[in-house]
Amino acid sequence: MYSAIVFLPLIGCLIAGFFGRFIGARGCEIVTCSLLVLAAILSWIVFFDVGISGGSDRVEVMKWMTSGELDVSWRLRIDTLTAVMLVVVTTVSSLVHIYSIGYMHHDPHRPRFFSYLSLFTFAMLMLVTSDNFLQLFFGWEGVGLASYLLIGFWYHKPSANAAAIKAFIVNRVGDFGFALGICAIFFVFGTTDFDAVFAAAPQQVGKSLLFLSYELDILTVICLLLFMGAMGKSAQFLLHTWLPDAMEGPTPVSALIHAATMVTAGVFMVARLSPLFEYSPTALAVVAVIGATTAFFAATVGLVQNDIKRIIAYSTCSQLGYMFAAMGVGAYSVGIFHLFTHAFFKALLFLGSGSVIHAMSDEQDIRKMGGLRKLIPVTWIMMLIGTLALTGFPLTAGYFSKDAIVEATFAAHSDVGKYAFYATVIAAFMTSFYSWRLIFLTFHGKSRAGKEVLDHVHESPAVMLVPLALLAIGSLFAGFFFKDLFIGEGYREFWRQSLFTGENNHILEALHHVPAIIAQLPTYMMAGGFAAAVVMYFMIPSLPAVMAMIFKPIYLFLLHKWYFDELYDLIFTRPAKWIGRQLWKVGDGRIIDGLGPDGVAARVIDATNRVVKLQSGYVYHYAFAMLIGVALLITYFMFISGGVR
Amino acid sequence: MEIALHHYLTVAAILFTLGVFGIFLNRKNVIIILMSVELMLLAVNINFVTFSSFLGDLVGQIFALMVLTVAAGEAAIGLAIVVVYFRNRGSIAVEDINMMKG
Repeated sequence: MYSAIVFLPLIGCLIAGFFGRFIGARGCEIVTCSLLVLAAILSWIVFFDVGISGGSDRVEVMKWMTSGELDVSWRLRIDTLTAVMLVVVTTVSSLVHIYSIGYMHHDPHRPRFFSYLSLFTFAMLMLVTSDNFLQLFFGWEGVGLASYLLIGFWYHKPSANAAAIKAFIVNRVGDFGFALGICAIFFVFGTTDFDAVFAAAPQQVGKSLLFLSYELDILTVICLLLFMGAMGKSAQFLLHTWLPDAMEGPTPVSALIHAATMVTAGVFMVARLSPLFEYSPTALAVVAVIGATTAFFAATVGLVQNDIKRIIAYSTCSQLGYMFAAMGVGAYSVGIFHLFTHAFFKALLFLGSGSVIHAMSDEQDIRKMGGLRKLIPVTWIMMLIGTLALTGFPLTAGYFSKDAIVEATFAAHSDVGKYAFYATVIAAFMTSFYSWRLIFLTFHGKSRAGKEVLDHVHESPAVMLVPLALLAIGSLFAGFFFKDLFIGEGYREFWRQSLFTGENNHILEALHHVPAIIAQLPTYMMAGGFAAAVVMYFMIPSLPAVMAMIFKPIYLFLLHKWYFDELYDLIFTRPAKWIGRQLWKVGDGRIIDGLGPDGVAARVIDATNRVVKLQSGYVYHYAFAMLIGVALLITYFMFISGGVR
Repeated sequence: MEIALHHYLTVAAILFTLGVFGIFLNRKNVIIILMSVELMLLAVNINFVTFSSFLGDLVGQIFALMVLTVAAGEAAIGLAIVVVYFRNRGSIAVEDINMMKG
């Protein structure tokens, strides 16, 4: 059954990819969707089987490679963490598959699209079920590939190609660290199997590694290198620049890959490797600081963006920061809980915005929307539910998970925790503000769209609305139902060995004993953000423009996303381009080609031109040459044979 | 004055040299080249006959007859080529025959 979950999407991918032209777009849709739904159903069975009844399993698929000490096999590791991820991935993926039938129905390349989607799902499942670091890396790169292919799905758009390659390259930066981390693991532990590494980890505490005459703490180095990979994949501060650009891809892709699943791979990885991270307080502190910074930073940028998908993308970035902040203070299950609930409401928001874009004839700028509430009421309700869940309205999914993160950072009682606490609380306010701003600008007020567009506004078909409704149910109730399992009383029986917490890590108990004011703070923040958005975008619509005028430097700073793209362009892109151009023009063009092929060819041509001049074409010239030649030959032989004395 | 061996050889050498220079210095006509070639062959013939007579060996004279035959054939073929060339090109001036120019 476990193999079936992982490999059904691969089968779907291969069928849609190789036989798409025979079975047609409709056939591809049916095949991939039904296989994915089957995988999702099996995943829920596994979830209850493993998570609640308490099973755990390893499934050996096949040997991968054996080389010296390196012995790697394909093994599916099924424990609670995997089961949770399986549920998230297959559920969202199957809903996105179904939604795509409606969203992509104009597109002529649907077989390719569905093939890529299934390929992504397979790679992601491979990632979450991996039992050793190499398999993790395989899945890690597989989702990167699928992400690249899907961002660049509309390959005739230059911006989509640029975004795809940007995502790929920024991820390479992180993956470089990740690969180094895996090498370090093998170097230190002599194996890449999770179980063996986790068992050996306690012995490495405090030991150090000599690298270029620096003494480095082994576990800290390994964890930081691995976390670098997580930063790239999960779009954390400094390596986040690819995520907003990745919105060039089709909206279902944004929902599946860049909101619900792939970007959470980093969070999953930290949770999976909790037995390592738990022994390195430094690495955990870095995780928390980066996470909290991202949560704050992305929320500030989200305040002023105008592209509906970019706002949600920054929101995703910010929520991922929350998850890492939770990881960093040792509350792994809280982070995973937020991952779980976030997948529902963020996929809902993305698919909802996709529905809006679909209705608005591919318009994405919220300044050109407005008043859509009456025209597409179902989408409006869905977006409203997603927003409530995201901002943490009481009893929705986000309320439980996000508030738990804020409480966890407070309960950590450390400097890092304090920083993370303030950052996440402020971010909660901003989250609420930009989410409601999105809703008000899109659905309320007077319409700012052209008449032509408005005439074509239509509610999406049922094939798009049903997945929205299912996700909305998840957004409303996932928190309430699973709270006890994930972070409440039953969390030890639920997670068992899949998440490791050290002896001094009592954060989940402490979580429930924070002062009431702290527990309620995120809710107040949510209300505050809502109130601010109401004032600025509902009651006095002229206020935002005035504010932008008054705080112009800050506004521009945020609008340009803290100038990160410009900065990276200046520091990395341009020097790299310059070096490349120099190597091309001077190194290759002038030196290698000039002295090599081109130079030799030019000299040969010069020489032959001179030889050509000898060929006058007059018969008597040749006869003369012959005669002289004969005379010389005879003279030569005469001297040789001594004929002349 | 008795005509000695070296007189014959001198005449032959002068004829041969005339033939050679006829080929090289001639700028006008391909037929002159053909005639120069004949002249060279005749110079060689004189040598053959001279040595045959002085050494009392008939092989040289027979060889001379053979050379005459070949020369006749060569002249026939050469003239035929010149005629065909003239038909095709409209000229048999030596300057115009330079198709082998690189």
